[in-house]
Amino acid sequence: MLSLSETQTAFAAAVLDADRPVPAGITSYMRALPEKRFNVYRNNIYASLIDVLEGRFPVVARLVGEEFFRATAKAYVSNQPPVSPVLMRYGATFAAFLDGFEPVADLPYVGDVARLEWAWNAAYHAADAEAVSIDELSDVPADQADALQFTLHPSLHIVCSLWPIVTILAANSGEEEPEPIDASAGGEDALVVRPALSVEVRRLPDGGAAFIGSIARGATIGEAADVAIEASDGFDLQANLTGLIQSGAIAAIRMS
Amino acid sequence: MNKNTKTVSALAVASAFAASVALVGATPVMAADEMEQCYGVAKKGENDCKAGPGTTCAGTSTVDYQGNAWKLVKKGSCAKISTPAGAGSLSCLTSRPAGKTLQCG
Repeated sequence: MLSLSETQTAFAAAVLDADRPVPAGITSYMRALPEKRFNVYRNNIYASLIDVLEGRFPVVARLVGEEFFRATAKAYVSNQPPVSPVLMRYGATFAAFLDGFEPVADLPYVGDVARLEWAWNAAYHAADAEAVSIDELSDVPADQADALQFTLHPSLHIVCSLWPIVTILAANSGEEEPEPIDASAGGEDALVVRPALSVEVRRLPDGGAAFIGSIARGATIGEAADVAIEASDGFDLQANLTGLIQSGAIAAIRMS
Repeated sequence: MNKNTKTVSALAVASAFAASVALVGATPVMAADEMEQCYGVAKKGENDCKAGPGTTCAGTSTVDYQGNAWKLVKKGSCAKISTPAGAGSLSCLTSRPAGKTLQCG
């Protein structure tokens, strides 16, 4: 007689792998073979996890088509089943899986689009925080701005790409048929933040990812500006600061 | 960081910061409290929260324009939203889609 944990382990392994036999000790009340009843479990688990992925990566699904997406998601579920009972964490490695998934090799941008959709999901579930008010920012004497530090919003994510991911996301999020996009038009870096109830995705200006990344690591505005101008000649400090304040991405300010 | 190697001067940072704050300060930002709960306008699965008793969270409505599921919309715009099932409502609707009887409250 197997112990409960042995039975559960055998059940869990067999339920995810249709090539395995029905575990010993599984019987069915109905006359049909246990195999047939056990397949109901297999089907429900796959179908529900594929549904989760389709809901979480709707733009990837739209780019490759529903049928192709569901087949891809099935391969992912089989390859990387959930490691946490918390369903909102499922799919964290889907982008990396797509990068190495040979059938989508001719769509090299889908991995980064999935990264952007995952960041959207993470921002959606992140802790709430009030964005710093414009009054509080106005109170900072301009000559001290150089030494100012920002605490960024807990929902903030940056996704950098060699592909125009923000344009692709925007064009494929609406009801309308998207206009053709030139995938080789150049990369875009995305800022994802949820200042209130809605997740917002913005295209970062030149050097923006380096600027915000540096701020996130505790740099002052002056230091972060130096890092950003090093990373990109086209860095415009005022445009970047304006975008950062407007997006509600700053949760608190302090002097270094 | 060594001040002598700074590329962007403190003065440049000061003027950029002041200009950004002035620019953003002049633009109205839509806050959460300027939104309202609008019943009967969300497509299925796209409600923000509440789809009848027993279901308490977002994305749970099971039909388009379900009358007891709401979506946040810009304040003042709810009743102006027309759907194939009728206009949006600030109160819960028991009979949308037509032929159904839903629970509110």
